[in-house]
Amino acid sequence: MKILIKKGRVIDPKNNIDEILDVYINGNIIEKIGKNIKEKGVEDFVIDATDHIVAPGFIDVHVHLREPGYEYKETIKTGTMAAAKGGFTSVVCMANTEPVNDNRSITEFIIKKAKLEGSCRVFPCGAITKGLKGEELSEIGDMFDAGIVAISDDGKSVKHSGVLRKALEYSKIFGIPVISHCEDTDLSHGFINEGVASVLSGLDTVPSIAEEIIVQRDIMIAKYVNANIHLTHISTAGSVDIIAREKRNYKYITCDTCPHYFSLTEDATLKFDTNTKVNPPLRSKKDIEAIKEGLKNGIIDIIATDHAPHDLPSKDMEFNLAASGISGLETALALSLTLFHEGVLTLGELVKKFTVNPARLLKLPYGDLSEGNAADVIVFNPYIEWIVDKNTFLSKGKNTPFDGWKLKGKNLLTIVDGKIVYRDGLI
Amino acid sequence: MKKKVFLDKKAIDRTLTRITHEILEKNKGCEDLCLIGIRTRGVFLAKRIQEKIKKIEKKELPLGILDITMYRDDLFKIKLPVVKKTDISFDINNKIVLLIDDVMHTGRTIRAAIDALMDLGRPKKIQLAVLVDRGNRELPIHPDFAGIFYAIGAGEEILVKLKENDGKDEVIIVGTQ
Amino acid sequence: MNWTKKDLLEIKDLTKDEILLILETAESFKEISLREIKKVPTLRGKTVITLFYEPSTRTRTSFEIAAKRLSADTINISASTSSFVKGETLKDTGKNLESMKPDVIIIRHSMPGAPHILARTLKSSIINAGDGAHEHPTQALLDLFTIKEKKGKIDGLKIVIIGDIMHSRVARSNIFALKQFDTEIVCCGPATMIPPYIEKLGVAVEYNINRAVKDADVVMMLRIQKERGRISYIPSIREYAILYGLKKAHLEKAKKDVIVMHPGPMNRGVEISDEVADGEYSVILDQVENGVAVRMAILYLLIGREQ
Repeated sequence: MKILIKKGRVIDPKNNIDEILDVYINGNIIEKIGKNIKEKGVEDFVIDATDHIVAPGFIDVHVHLREPGYEYKETIKTGTMAAAKGGFTSVVCMANTEPVNDNRSITEFIIKKAKLEGSCRVFPCGAITKGLKGEELSEIGDMFDAGIVAISDDGKSVKHSGVLRKALEYSKIFGIPVISHCEDTDLSHGFINEGVASVLSGLDTVPSIAEEIIVQRDIMIAKYVNANIHLTHISTAGSVDIIAREKRNYKYITCDTCPHYFSLTEDATLKFDTNTKVNPPLRSKKDIEAIKEGLKNGIIDIIATDHAPHDLPSKDMEFNLAASGISGLETALALSLTLFHEGVLTLGELVKKFTVNPARLLKLPYGDLSEGNAADVIVFNPYIEWIVDKNTFLSKGKNTPFDGWKLKGKNLLTIVDGKIVYRDGLI
Repeated sequence: MKKKVFLDKKAIDRTLTRITHEILEKNKGCEDLCLIGIRTRGVFLAKRIQEKIKKIEKKELPLGILDITMYRDDLFKIKLPVVKKTDISFDINNKIVLLIDDVMHTGRTIRAAIDALMDLGRPKKIQLAVLVDRGNRELPIHPDFAGIFYAIGAGEEILVKLKENDGKDEVIIVGTQ
Repeated sequence: MNWTKKDLLEIKDLTKDEILLILETAESFKEISLREIKKVPTLRGKTVITLFYEPSTRTRTSFEIAAKRLSADTINISASTSSFVKGETLKDTGKNLESMKPDVIIIRHSMPGAPHILARTLKSSIINAGDGAHEHPTQALLDLFTIKEKKGKIDGLKIVIIGDIMHSRVARSNIFALKQFDTEIVCCGPATMIPPYIEKLGVAVEYNINRAVKDADVVMMLRIQKERGRISYIPSIREYAILYGLKKAHLEKAKKDVIVMHPGPMNRGVEISDEVADGEYSVILDQVENGVAVRMAILYLLIGREQ
């Protein structure tokens, strides 16, 4: 296919580009980027991107596609459709499927399914330990050969420090990061942040130190063995402080946060809406401010969604029993754009957190619009207002606390490998 | 809105005096008699009657306060009334209970009051005294003693005001007639 | 003022005026329990269901008597005998009950937010009779009623709550209710059982019972449980009783006309000594009596609410 995207504001942080340019896609690569590219008349699509932003397709380093095993919550097909709608051209899917992705055959299954039915690129993340039990390392080498880009026991923390050390050491063989879910389960009794909201609601709590202790521990072990550690879904001011301090003298630390950690406080849980139940929990105002600061000054490198779709029955019950997680792929861009509207990030910085930085972490040849690169491109507008309606989500997971919110900023077009996989009626 | 004073302060007092004498006449004195005022204005009238009887018979009759809200037949069809306390601290068994209210209209309030009294005991007799009977019964209940009778016309309303509650004593007719 | 709320789920939802309306209405209903015929026809033909997932004699009986004295029909459902055991969700149980057209469902559950699920899904009025550690609104209302009855007022009082504050729905509801008035509240208990950030609600925290009860007008004792989940919050009941059990000597530091309250059931000799439980300062039995009147008032207001 030949696609010409005209007159959009091209923001390509890796190549330091931020100007009105045309993008010419031929087949599955970006053939040319330049001013006033002439139409040849043989184009399959000519897209007028006036007033819109043209950016590299976003890369989400943390999603749950639920397949195999939980297809009633989401499938690779529906999850990638949701990703494409949200502006993501690549996603990294976590290993807590059923069976767990702790061996080659599950990794191959996921990759094959994604090739057949996926609307975007899928890079599996392998489990650190067999069955996510936190005891024995899984066959990481075999999985690496099959295509994993990172390892993580996400959903859980690796409790045994000795096992984590071995995992970090072993990951060096393949040069892949260990993605760490930081939670000290001995300190966390419950489901919501320990703060004023928890005093009001009487729900069992998760103190911020439950995350911070493991953030510190994991960084120290990674430093000690000189391995690459990525801390995922960080949510507290304390975590940001620790990471800021440690980054000063060790450079192989990266981290990500999710849109809900800078959009909602613990107060959202006061009416027991299970759509606000997420792990780590929504935090205090102070933590939100620190997360925004962390994004602004680069301590937090990446924004990921931790897309965690659930079927309605799993959420429609008592708060204590309900499943944890937010279906986030389709609201991530707009929620993140509030950071731009609030002056916390420039558009370039925002795009970087979704493109250059994830690509660097995972050593992927994507995340920028260099000529000759794969044509993973999105067109979005930071000003279009829309109202979140969970019933229009392409994801099977309608579990979002943002239903009914008026947001500013919408993804309009997603091209993966030169093919249009999502197009909004407005463009 | 036309307003006409039907009874002024003096007239109300005279009427109450007359009712008091009628009560004593019918009951041949005040043996076994007790007074129960229906909230809110019935209570004040009951107190006045109690004082008048005291002057005449040199005896202070027991006085009770009855709130009939919980026995109303229209309770959940109207704006929910505030329930006030019932305070009848004496035994009404075998007594002649004189119920006192300011205005009698459909008879439903008195029906509720009688049901309430039945739950409190078994009086020997129940009698009813009202200051104003405005007719238009919906139930076959009638006062034994009535101050005045006034057949209310269309668009008219009769209002009883008492000093204890409303600042002055008067019975007025408001309406378009 | 008029009552307009369909449900009573949280004290946090009530305005001060609404609290006062309940207390005023309860005063009028209290007298009925003193009559020989303890019944008025007010809620005749209305159906009240109590749905208790946690055991309780006191609260459930109190609601049942309150409903019956107002001539309503009552049905009691407890978890051990219900479809809950067969795995039915709360929402489904609620919907099944709704087809019997109850006017009010009173629910007690071990999890915060459970009554809210019913309130969202059903047309019936829902009363929260205790949801986990969250709230127990009718208990707080009867506690306020008792305080007002004994002290003549609520403003200007010092109230001390002693016990496992962290896990107590009684403590929470009382704090929310009392904070609507001009009160000084002290929370006393082992540091392990006092939630961090509770000072943000406007209460003081004190770990020493002697300091806590100084000049108190009201002392409210809470039940104690040793284990909560995997770890223990206190080393033993014995140590708790020594440090935080209320004894007569403590009351000497309080005001002369102090009253001692307890939501029940009491662990005699643990959080409260025999002599205090049965002593002159105890209003524990008044609380129970007032519970019926307060619950009658609530049933009356909910069923008769402006729609």
